[in-house]
Amino acid sequence: MARSKEIVPGVGRLSRSKVFSRRGLFKGPKKSEKPAAAEVAATKEVPVKGDKNGGKRIVPTSKASRFYPAEDVRVPKKSRKSPKPAKLRSSITPGTVLILLAGRFRGKRVVFLKQLESGLLLVTGPFKVNGVPLRRVNQAYVIATSTKVDLGEFKVDEKINDAYFVKPSAKGPRSAEAEFFSEGKPKKEAFPESKSADQKAVDSAVLAAIKKTEYLSKYLKASWGLSKGQFPHQLNF
Amino acid sequence: MSTESNFKRFVEVGRVVLLKSGPEAGHIAVISEIIDHNRAIIDGPTTGVARQPIAFRHLTLTPFKLNKLPRAAGTGAVKKQIEAEAIVEKWNKSAWAQKRAAIAKRRSLTDFERFTVMLAKKARTDSVRKAVHAAKKA
Repeated sequence: MARSKEIVPGVGRLSRSKVFSRRGLFKGPKKSEKPAAAEVAATKEVPVKGDKNGGKRIVPTSKASRFYPAEDVRVPKKSRKSPKPAKLRSSITPGTVLILLAGRFRGKRVVFLKQLESGLLLVTGPFKVNGVPLRRVNQAYVIATSTKVDLGEFKVDEKINDAYFVKPSAKGPRSAEAEFFSEGKPKKEAFPESKSADQKAVDSAVLAAIKKTEYLSKYLKASWGLSKGQFPHQLNF
Repeated sequence: MSTESNFKRFVEVGRVVLLKSGPEAGHIAVISEIIDHNRAIIDGPTTGVARQPIAFRHLTLTPFKLNKLPRAAGTGAVKKQIEAEAIVEKWNKSAWAQKRAAIAKRRSLTDFERFTVMLAKKARTDSVRKAVHAAKKA
């Protein structure tokens, strides 16, 4: 860190905790918004003295600098490459039972529905079985099992896309002080009814398919884990 | 005076062996000739093992043996003897082979199948427990 000047190479003047407190990152990013700057006109009219000078003249509001760099500064080339969405693993097809490995629902077994534009996988618990809602997951954090739920001709509604999952942005920061003096924490908004209806519509088809196989519902309800002596690379899924 | 050995399985012509390593690991074969005290020629025409010299450290001796196999018998004669003494069937019926098969089967199970096995075991434990409880009362 800049403030922790090195005493000898590799040894800073300040301890790790000292550097931490001086950097002040624990305060979090500054949240206050800057007031919008008033727009300033690029030119203005100034009266000019002297008879032959036309009386007034338009001059730029801010004078151009009298200096400019003598040497050209190299500008880094702008990359025009953008990451492509991930290719779907061949072991994952609609109806495949996946095991989630990361996130809030890690260890849950869920049903894969389709791959979204962004490359993320759309999965559902179904919600009624194991509490996992319609959700996007990264296929890197998923184990594909060979168990498949026969979804048949079922197609997920087109409206369930990446935009569907975007959260509405929070309206302004709320300071702890304001929260304290007003009536407690802001009320949690109720889950939108349209979304729970979508969930039910998707799950009804999946649940009907799950019912056809014995123990499948129980299987989806149970969490996955490794016991002693089990190693994921030695197991068949 | 010589007393009888305590050992039951010997390296001898006709001994049925289980291969421990190599591409044919897990198959059984028969010793048809002993080369030296490290190697033997084995043959398994009905078990997918080609006639070959192999080191004893890659083998395990089984309790089975072909009784009427002459020394250095060719593949045809070995096959005849194996079929005559039904040694593969005897091996497959043995507890050892069955346990191996069970382990292999258990390893090949998928996640869902493992789960159903777990349920079946729970059901078994439950019924046993109930039966024991009833028997104790009576």
